[in-house]
Amino acid sequence: MEIKVLHQIMDWNEDVSEEVKATLASHKICMINVMGSPGAGKTSMITSLIGKLKDRFRIGVIEGDIAGQVDADRIAELGIPTVQLNTDGACHIEAMSIQHILPCLPLEDLDLIFVENIGNLVCPAEFRIGESLRITLLSIPEGDDKVEKYPLMFTDTDCLVLNKYDMLPYFDFDEERVCANYQTVNPEAPLFRISSRTGNGLDELAGFIAQKAGSAVS
Amino acid sequence: MHELSITEHLLEHCISEAKSRNASRIRVIRLCIGQLRGIVPDCIQIYLDMLSEGTVAEGAQIEAEFLPVKVQCRDCGQEGEITPHRLCCPHCGSLNLKLLSGKEFYIKSLEVDIDGNKSTASDHGLERGCE
Repeated sequence: MEIKVLHQIMDWNEDVSEEVKATLASHKICMINVMGSPGAGKTSMITSLIGKLKDRFRIGVIEGDIAGQVDADRIAELGIPTVQLNTDGACHIEAMSIQHILPCLPLEDLDLIFVENIGNLVCPAEFRIGESLRITLLSIPEGDDKVEKYPLMFTDTDCLVLNKYDMLPYFDFDEERVCANYQTVNPEAPLFRISSRTGNGLDELAGFIAQKAGSAVS
Repeated sequence: MHELSITEHLLEHCISEAKSRNASRIRVIRLCIGQLRGIVPDCIQIYLDMLSEGTVAEGAQIEAEFLPVKVQCRDCGQEGEITPHRLCCPHCGSLNLKLLSGKEFYIKSLEVDIDGNKSTASDHGLERGCE
């Protein structure tokens, strides 16, 4: 016989995500979930943003990687509290993983936490992790068809960052196509054009984050 | 492969649902998936086959219904369905759209055998080709 169920499948993750959010709110911390493909420039962008924001905010980083801690070492060199979250093969970070690892950071001494998610445009989009801000990174060399191919990632983000924007003249990247598709699936969210290499556009992005961080903790 | 952890929790919920209804076996798990989500039913089936061994859900089949992406056009005001590959108003072609649905992901129903009512239930299963 058929029994009706109507159960939201992701509730198990959403519930923990809300708990993480409450923990962070009690410490007045804004957590930022940084998502994008492998090689999109997530670590470089976080490193550059730390430089722009560290005078105004006390910053910590959770470095998600399938294995190893190359990126965590890069961030830790900046003198920022950093913890490595290895997912041992899993393609995304879940709220539960963040809940387990948060006590490893000095929460009393932080205002802002960057979480570098696993490099992947599919799986991380499905899982909230207790963040106040979601940033999706797309780099010019990846191509201009990504919004159509991975719509959830671009629908469920608070801003889109086009990274490696200085590479635009060297690639057949139809910027209008990306902007139009992004505006369709996510009309309220802003778009930033940056180059972590040259530093262009980072001030605007840092300003947006500072404003969001301020409202997330007030 | 994010379907692995999703399937673990899906299975856990289905087993507890079956238990609360005194079901002895789960034959079909019906899911509804919005087309904007990156969920692959075949992956869920493979993980379910692995994880459900020895449980009331052993042998259960996943039946997925994909739900359309519905939008309302902010220019012409009409509602319509689009696909992720053609992100524009089906009526006027505008890109200025409001997303109404397409991100759903839920268990709609289960097809189960209930204790004491096995003959009816298994007949139903045979009808559906689940044996």
